[in-house]
Formats: sequence, structure tokens, C-alpha cells
Amino acid sequence: MHESLETSAQTPRPETAGGLPAGAARDGGQLEKPAVEFRNIDIAYGKFVAVRNFSLAIRKGSFITLLGPSGCGKTTILRSIAGLVDISAGQISIGGKRVDDVPIYKRNIGLVFQSYALFPHKNVFDNVAFGLKYRNVPKPEIARRVSKALEMVRLPGSEKKLPSQLSGGQQQRIALARAIVFEPEVLLLDEPLSALDANMREEMRVEIKKIQKETGITAIFVTHDQEEALSMSDQIVVMDAGTMEQIGSPEQVYETPATAFVADFLGKANMLPGVVSSVDGHKATITLSAGQAVTAVSPKVLTPGARVSVVVRPQKLSVGASVPANKLAGRVVSTSYLGGSAIYEIDIGERTIIRANTPIDGKVAREGEAINVGFDPAGCVLLDEKGLRIA
Amino acid sequence: MIAGQHQDKEGRWAWRLTGFITLCVYIFMFAPIIATVVLSFNASMFGGFPLTGFSLQWYAKLLSNEQVLTAFRTSMWIAFVTAAVTTLLGIITAYALVRFEFPGKATFGTLVILPALVPETILGVGLLVLIKAVDQPRSMGLLLLGHILLALPYVVLITQARMVGIRRTYEEAALSLGASRISSFREITLPLLIPAVVASALLAFTISFDNTSASLFWRPAGVETMPTQILSMLKISISPEINALGTVMILVTVGIPLVGGLMLQGLTRLRKRVDAKGNA
Ligand SMILES: Nc1ncnc2c1ncn2[C@@H]1O[C@H](COP(=O)(O)OP(=O)(O)OP(=O)(O)O)[C@@H](O)[C@H]1O
Ligand SMILES: [Mg+2]
Repeated sequence: MHESLETSAQTPRPETAGGLPAGAARDGGQLEKPAVEFRNIDIAYGKFVAVRNFSLAIRKGSFITLLGPSGCGKTTILRSIAGLVDISAGQISIGGKRVDDVPIYKRNIGLVFQSYALFPHKNVFDNVAFGLKYRNVPKPEIARRVSKALEMVRLPGSEKKLPSQLSGGQQQRIALARAIVFEPEVLLLDEPLSALDANMREEMRVEIKKIQKETGITAIFVTHDQEEALSMSDQIVVMDAGTMEQIGSPEQVYETPATAFVADFLGKANMLPGVVSSVDGHKATITLSAGQAVTAVSPKVLTPGARVSVVVRPQKLSVGASVPANKLAGRVVSTSYLGGSAIYEIDIGERTIIRANTPIDGKVAREGEAINVGFDPAGCVLLDEKGLRIA
Repeated sequence: MIAGQHQDKEGRWAWRLTGFITLCVYIFMFAPIIATVVLSFNASMFGGFPLTGFSLQWYAKLLSNEQVLTAFRTSMWIAFVTAAVTTLLGIITAYALVRFEFPGKATFGTLVILPALVPETILGVGLLVLIKAVDQPRSMGLLLLGHILLALPYVVLITQARMVGIRRTYEEAALSLGASRISSFREITLPLLIPAVVASALLAFTISFDNTSASLFWRPAGVETMPTQILSMLKISISPEINALGTVMILVTVGIPLVGGLMLQGLTRLRKRVDAKGNA
């Protein structure tokens, strides 16, 4: 099972901006050292290898997100930066310095936990001042910086409160203040929003992003919520089973998924397997397993007979009279009416179900109705037999 | 409707019965204690009812009984040392058991609480046999060691339960903020552990102070603790003096935890007030 994943991980698509492939910062002639750099790290819990051959360089001041399903190793990677888990191979550098032998309390890292982890017996002031106290900052300076940090998280004057007297959202703001007040080299956030209710989550999303921009701190954010990842990040690292599947900007990862896993995990794209039947330059005609044929634009000239998968996002599909091309006849299996748009599940034969999310134009199609569904030949991505994007 | 009423009636009777039984149990539990305390103030020469008048003479007699005073002092210091040593060992053991992985951890955990599971008499004889085997006389050290052995399991269990409840992320947060392991233990873990530390110190104290059967095996010749002193006095007669001694025992074993608990409460309140002032 790991074999196919490993091949995909060893050929991650390193794109530009915040995240760079390991070593690129130096090789590329840039003088600035990456804020955090992983070189081929493995992390094992006993015999179980939770992370394998992971490499990544994170540019100073960028907001990078580790995104992946539960148990894929996001927390493990984050904790390895902090020094809370030991790596079994490879090396980690922070600000250009190797940290293998540096204990956690000397790494100068801000940590924000899902469970807030505010010290329950200390008030807000003592919580936020904790890091400054251990850096021998003089008292008046501590008071000044604590109050500045509390203003930044929009909770000024809460110094004397105990954590138990604050709401979840407020506690997480204090935890954020505590983690940034001593200006750490990196800010690590492990699902900081998952314990909050939906409204609070959205508010905090904006706030965290704003504070990160203002302070210019390098932030590494862990989540399994794709919306959070897409809306907050400069770069997203999509992970599966301890390996990197893809790295890129939110648009790159969403629009051009590198692997079948990424296409499915981010936005549940339709994946239609088929065989290339004819080729005309960069345009290929593909006969789907469902029986019908579509044309797709391929960055590479394909050979007839090749097995491929056509990946189309539900939002890129249109239905009914507005279908521009690649018209596929089908039957509505289910309709979810969402007001401005509707999600249709359409059977296009051989029990192949396509999900389309389209603006409503005219009347809403009902279950059992015959309907056409289609997409622009340039609005799809092609994957090869191994599930890797053809580029 | 009728069925409902019927059920109601039955329910009421069930409640009354439960209440009655509960009352009986409590009377049964407390009556001997109350009798002891009341009789200790009885003027009569005989340690029983009926009451003939109020008197403190038995307490006066206790205070002049050198044997009793010596036994009291012995019990007190043994209990203090037991409480201090077991609390310290308990914190370390619980911390190790909860926070670290090491080979033989499960076995070690079981071994530590084993003395609480083995009948005290067996433990008493066992330790004695061991001492005889290495050809050592019974000594105060042995008695103390035995008490520590008896109290340690409870201390570990209490401290461990609290330790499990202290999330590791608190310590990790402290470490990430720059506190060394020792500092984060002192500033975060220990304060959160204090209620368990106080509770287990008090419990260890009373376990030691109360202990009778094992102490009978372990005490060196000529040494009496409070419970063994009472036993040997009982062999001679049921004097009302024993009632007075019993009352003192009750006072110590109930009073010390009570005072300890109140002190802890006062301390937290005080600390909060100081905190509030410090930040004003
Ligand atoms: N202390 C540990 N001992 C053994 N295995 C562990 C330990 N911590 C994590 N693992 C395993 O390592 C893998 C990765 O765990 P990790 O916590 O990094 O996942 P995650 O991506 O953060 O998941 P989630 O979204 O659920 O938090 C999981 O399979 C997990 O079971
Ligand atoms: Mg996690």
C-alpha cells in the first residue's frame, strides 16, 4: 500500500512562493535562509513509521498549512519542529541552524494547541508573561508587551481573569497572545480552531491570519479542514499516510491536484476513468468506462490506448441547456437545493455518478429526470494510471 | 391511572425503607464513636452506662500516664515521617508512572500498590520473617519502614489519579515557552498536583497513626504506639481512661485532615488575593 504513495511523495510538485523544495533556497541563490527546513526526515513511534522521507523548506514570514486526513502525521511533523518528538532520520533546521540536539525550551517556538492549554492556576497576565519571564525580560517591559499582545488579540484589560472565566474563543486568543508575545522564530498551530463553534471558527480564522500578517511571523498551521487551509494559507502541503502528496498555493492545489488523493480530499472532485481513443495535438478524446466519450486538453501529447482518469470539480460542471461541450447524457439521482445553486448527482451510465454543483438557471431538475451534464475540455485535469497528474 | 397510583405508593414505601435502612447504617457506624466520646466524660469508675455525672478526671489521668504520653509521641512522629516520606515518594512514582515509558512499568505499578491488597497480618509477618532471615532485631526503623510500605500504595493511587488529569499539553506549553523541565514541573505540574499531595499526606498520616495489627508485629520490645497501647491497656481492664484515649485518637485522626483541608482552602484563597493585588 505504501509503495504507490512513496513514489508520489518522492515526486511532489514543488511550486513557487512560500514553500520550497528542500535546499532550494540555497541552490536558488537566495541569501535568506528558510525559517524551517526539513531534510528527508523519518519519524517512527516504535516500529510504526508515522512520517517518511519528508522534505520541505518554509520561507520566513509565510503561512503554511499541513492538510490531510486524521492520522496522516500532521501533528507529528509539527511536534518534531518543537522538539516534542524525536526524528529517526534526516534533519530539521530552524533559521538555518540544525536543532537535533536543541531541547524544546531553547528552540524559541510559539505553540498553540487545540485544547488551548492555558495554565489553569495562573491568570491571563501570568499566562501571557510566562515566556517573557523565562527570557529575563525586565518587569516593566513584560507589562508593556503583555498589554500590547492582549490588545492585538482584542482582549485588552483581561489580565486578572483566570482561564476558567473565559470562553473558548477568548481562551484561544490568550493562547495565541502567549505564543507570540516573545516573538518566536516560528508559530506552530495544531488545529487551533477545531474546539470552537462554527461562527467563532470563521472569526478566528480571519483574526489569526491578520495577526500573522501584522507580526510577519512564520506560521505553520495544521488542519484537516480544507476550507481553513484554502482561506488562510500562502502554501498548502497536502499529506496522506505520512508522506507529502502535493505542495502549492491554495489555487494550485485546488485547480491542479497532483494526485488522485489530492483531487478527492480537496473538494471531492469527480474522477472518471477511461481510455484515450484518439489524439489531436494536445486535445485527446477519451472513452469513459461509463460508455460515453469526452475531449480533454492535456499538457502532454497522449498516446491512444493509455488509461487515464478525467478529474472535474463539481463547480466546473454545467447541466441542461447551458452545457458548452462534452455533453454527457444522464439521469438525476439526487438533488440538493441550496438556494442560489444546486448539487446534482447524475448517473451517466454503468453506475458512474457525477456530482455537479451549478448555479440554478431556470427550473431545478428533479430526481429521475433525464439531463445533460458537461464541462469545458480545458476545465479538467488528467491523471495517469498511477493516479499522478499528467503535466 | 390506578396502576400509576399503585406504583406511586410502592415508590413511596421503597423510599421510606431505603431511608430507614440508611439511618440504621449510620447509627450503627456512629453509635460506638459517640458512646466512646460521651463515656469519656462520665464520672463513673466503670467504663459503661449509665452516666453518673460530668468529669474530666479520665483526661487528667491520661495526662499523668507516662506510658500513654510516650505512646502518643511515638505515634505522632512515626505518622509525620511516614506522611512526609510517602508523599515525596508518591509524587515521584506517580510522575514516572504517568509521564514516562520504561520497561517493566506495569509490573512496577502493580508492585507499588501490592501492599494495599495483601492482608495486613500477612504483610506484618512477612516483613518480620524477612528481618529475622537477615538476622536483624526489630527496631524503630523497621516499624517506620513498615508504615511507609502500608501507606505508599494509597498515596501513589491518589497522586496518580490527579496526575492523569493534568494534561501533558500544560507541561509542553511551559517547555515551549522556555521553561526547563524542572521549572515547568515546579511552576505548572506541582501546583496542579497540590490537592492530591495534601490529601495523600493526610491519608498517610492517619493510616500510620491508626495502624494496629501490623504495628503489633513490627514494634521493638518495649515500644508502644497509641493503638497498641490501647490494646495492652484493654488486656488489664476496660477503664474509662480508654474511652478518653479513644476520644483523643478520634480527635487526631479526624481533626488533622480537617485542619489540613481548611488550611489548603485558606491558602488558595490567600494566594488569589495576593495575585489580584500583585497585578493591580
Ligand atoms: N505517541 C504515539 N505513539 C504511537 N503512535 C502514535 C503516537 N502519536 C501518533 N501516533 C500515530 O502516528 C500517526 C500520525 O499521528 P498524528 O497525530 O501525527 O496524526 P494527525 O495527522 O495529526 O491526525 P489528526 O488529524 O487526527 O490529529 C497516527 O497513525 C497515530 O496513530
Ligand atoms: Mg493531530
